[in-house]
Amino acid sequence: MARTVIPFGPQHPVLPEPIHLKLVVEDEIVQEAIPALGYVHRGLEMLAQKRDFHQMVQVVERICGICSMIHSLCYCQGIEEMMGIEVPRRARLLRTLWSELHRSHSHLLWLGLFADSFGFESLFMQLWRIRERILDLNEATAGNRVIVSVNVIGGVRAEISEEQQRWILGEMAGFERDMNRIRSTLLEDYTVKSRTVGKGVLTREMAYELGAAGPVLRGSGIAQDMRQLGYAAYGDLDFEPVVEAAGDAYARCKVRFGEVMQSIRLVRQILGELAKETDPALAAKVKGRPEGEVVCRVEQPRGECLYYLKGSGKPQLDRVRVRTPTFANVPPLLAMLPGVELADVPVLVLSIDPCISCTER
Amino acid sequence: MFRMTLNVLRNLFTPKATRLYPARVREPFAGYRGQLEIHIEDCIFCGLCARKCPALCIAVDIKTGKWECDPFACVYCGICADHCPTDALFFADRHRAPAEKHSLMSYTGQPPKKKEKSVAATAGSEAPANRKSAPAD
Repeated sequence: MARTVIPFGPQHPVLPEPIHLKLVVEDEIVQEAIPALGYVHRGLEMLAQKRDFHQMVQVVERICGICSMIHSLCYCQGIEEMMGIEVPRRARLLRTLWSELHRSHSHLLWLGLFADSFGFESLFMQLWRIRERILDLNEATAGNRVIVSVNVIGGVRAEISEEQQRWILGEMAGFERDMNRIRSTLLEDYTVKSRTVGKGVLTREMAYELGAAGPVLRGSGIAQDMRQLGYAAYGDLDFEPVVEAAGDAYARCKVRFGEVMQSIRLVRQILGELAKETDPALAAKVKGRPEGEVVCRVEQPRGECLYYLKGSGKPQLDRVRVRTPTFANVPPLLAMLPGVELADVPVLVLSIDPCISCTER
Repeated sequence: MFRMTLNVLRNLFTPKATRLYPARVREPFAGYRGQLEIHIEDCIFCGLCARKCPALCIAVDIKTGKWECDPFACVYCGICADHCPTDALFFADRHRAPAEKHSLMSYTGQPPKKKEKSVAATAGSEAPANRKSAPAD
């Protein structure tokens, strides 16, 4: 049969954000996928050269609507490294706490969308209902559901009271119970497995060579997690990267589910450390202006995020370059699409957790 | 195959996860940044909020005593309220209602008089007296 080119996106029911793929199809089997990006470019890197470096904290936070806090965390850590600012330990612990809350709500959002991509609407709604618990925690502790705006250069702006800490612990127990109830459906159900197991296999070698990041890389058996660099307070916490060897869509789903459970354990550890921390300081004083250049890396829910910052003693930075995890995961996506059925394309596109506004900034 | 059935049955006997908005509205959490508001009588028109705002949505004119904010450009980060020296700026916990037309928040207050005159002025007018008491709060 002759080859046909079928457009996938930029508007598609499974896509939360616009990405366009030209799918070259033969007998409903994808032969090639050609990406087209650039629908939501906002020029935020350019804005860094016009705004004060303090104002940019809130601007970079708006690069992504889901892992927003981790963007500003990476930016703040970069500036702090450049200016030699020592962040109080309490602030580092709080940053880690919010970053884990963000990871779990981002993964829950993805797990829901993933269920929706293969038509399991009920599972989608269950997972998003669980996600509301985390969003409530964010709103109560930081004043907003997703874009929490807690980071400032030198520390954090908000404190979590002891009463709130107890409440978070209680919520974590409920959250864990809800996740355990959903586990058997998500990971063992026949319909879920039939749509995900063995689909879009990315071998360990391919993942390494194509530069995959985050759960896509860990789902292919490579134990790489930027949190092990020990930034913020991760150095004081005990955890291992969640790894699966199969490299298919199911393995990526399993990694993300495992990371949600890991986040619950990490939040408990952080709350334990917070209770022991006696220094109430939340932010160090910032004097001077950033000068020099620095590369800072953090682990976002979607994978490794890299910031390159360059300052020359002016209030504005000379250059901010952001390499987001979805940017790294587009080549692996294009490699896993050839050979799959057209009906599996939405599931596989979602399996990398595409965040297009991150990618295009 | 029937793994979800237990969940479905449980959902039949538990309260609904959704509510009939807008008939039933959940109480906001304390500290929720719903919308920016200002006590204009406490404002000293220092312009710190306008300089710190990452969205550049605030304009302050010390000469005319005008404080303006574009609520549609505001990103609700709360930086302005953090930096306000007199706590005139604050966030109410009810979010702004949707609007059909673009409008500005515009307030006119009493700009501070020059230092040597300020002592005499406080005795006569109410607004500067409020300003003086605000930092003590």
